[in-house]
Amino acid sequence: MNLTTPLGEEVLALRAGDRVTLSGTIYTARDEAHLRMMEEGIPFDPEGAAVYHCGPVVQGDRIVAAGPTTSARMNALTGFLLDAGVRALIGKGGMGEEVARALRGRGVYLAFTGGCAALAAARMRRCGVFFEDLGMAEAVWAIEVDDLPLTVGIDSCGGDLFESVKSKAKTQFNREFKNE
Amino acid sequence: MMNNPADPRLLAALTRATCRALEQAEIELPPDVLGTIKRAAANETNPIAARELENILANIALAGERRVPICQDTGVPVIYLTIPPTVPLTEALYEAVREGVRRATQTVPLRPNVVDPLSRANTGDNTGIGMPAIHVQPGERLTVTVLPKGAGSENVSRIGMLLPSQADEIPRFVTETVLLAGGKPCPPVVVGVGIGGTFDTAAALAKEALLEPIDRMNPCEQEICDAINRLGIGPMGLGGDTTALAVRVKQGGCHTASLPVAVNIQCWACRRATIAVEVA
Repeated sequence: MNLTTPLGEEVLALRAGDRVTLSGTIYTARDEAHLRMMEEGIPFDPEGAAVYHCGPVVQGDRIVAAGPTTSARMNALTGFLLDAGVRALIGKGGMGEEVARALRGRGVYLAFTGGCAALAAARMRRCGVFFEDLGMAEAVWAIEVDDLPLTVGIDSCGGDLFESVKSKAKTQFNREFKNE
Repeated sequence: MMNNPADPRLLAALTRATCRALEQAEIELPPDVLGTIKRAAANETNPIAARELENILANIALAGERRVPICQDTGVPVIYLTIPPTVPLTEALYEAVREGVRRATQTVPLRPNVVDPLSRANTGDNTGIGMPAIHVQPGERLTVTVLPKGAGSENVSRIGMLLPSQADEIPRFVTETVLLAGGKPCPPVVVGVGIGGTFDTAAALAKEALLEPIDRMNPCEQEICDAINRLGIGPMGLGGDTTALAVRVKQGGCHTASLPVAVNIQCWACRRATIAVEVA
């Protein structure tokens, strides 16, 4: 499925494991940006927005490298974004149970391949920045994206690909080592 | 004499070589790493995992074409020098390396990642107290090896002070480290293991193991690698056949009452480069 921001109810039809592409405007945010937004408010229109867990390398007007960062660091900092209408979180490694619960009936977590900073940057154009005083990695960058290739990691019905993989891995580990 | 230690040309050449090694490591993966990822992609049976590996290979190709870093986490610089008898180890030598890091931060460019550990104030140039970490060994020629280390994989690394009777537990400890890490370190990972030494040298050995070629493993390393891959964590923790590209082990002598085991996890972007320092 091809998604375009602002996102609406179409994301509710997605299921964990589906492949999608995303176009439109996305907003980067890491730890510091989440804390600042909780204090001072969200500097962009959150309705149907997509938030990207990413600290890019930016040189002037050019996005040089912009792969995803580990989303789980934002587990406890994400609820207010979904409450405000954000429909998609983009990152790597999956998120905690509290986020999966908060996504129910509202939005999705989209996994982008970790480390694929050049692939991402090739499909991105810088269009603005908020909280630039937080530094390059922690600022909120508004970025225009073109067909970003993503996998649905957590859907809006409780499906969580990361959790099911983890639980199978644990079972296999116990089989192999625990009862030696 | 060409290699006069006071020779500013030698120091300038070391700065240039450090900068060039960082540029090369950040933009191009070594052939053994690229070959191992390609083999994993060709053998992957899980369609989601195959897509992830496709993205990774497309990303590597694009980084090379556009001359940009493979990953936006350009890491912190870990540096290994070999020093010939003609070059004395001086503060100026360290400073030449630091200058190379500062220059690469501007020119590649690298993301300024180095901060004060408590105030979190960013130094802006990827240097700081004890940073870059510079490890020195005697050698025939002056060479600089760089290993830019990203945080996602570094954060899930572990050390265990096992008992001498627990040698059989080593595969379990290493595999458990990868299990607990899940998708966080950007698998498929390279696993560097340091066995023996002291608390600190075990960790140093584990990191040095990441400098070893990953297209070969001894039977013990292969066995641990196979156990890790049977976990099925797969690329990015989305499931699949390849969780680890390789396991490499380095050993050191240790106390008769100790068995330190350190596991240093490295993401698929196993970035490293070595350049010989030549005075032009």
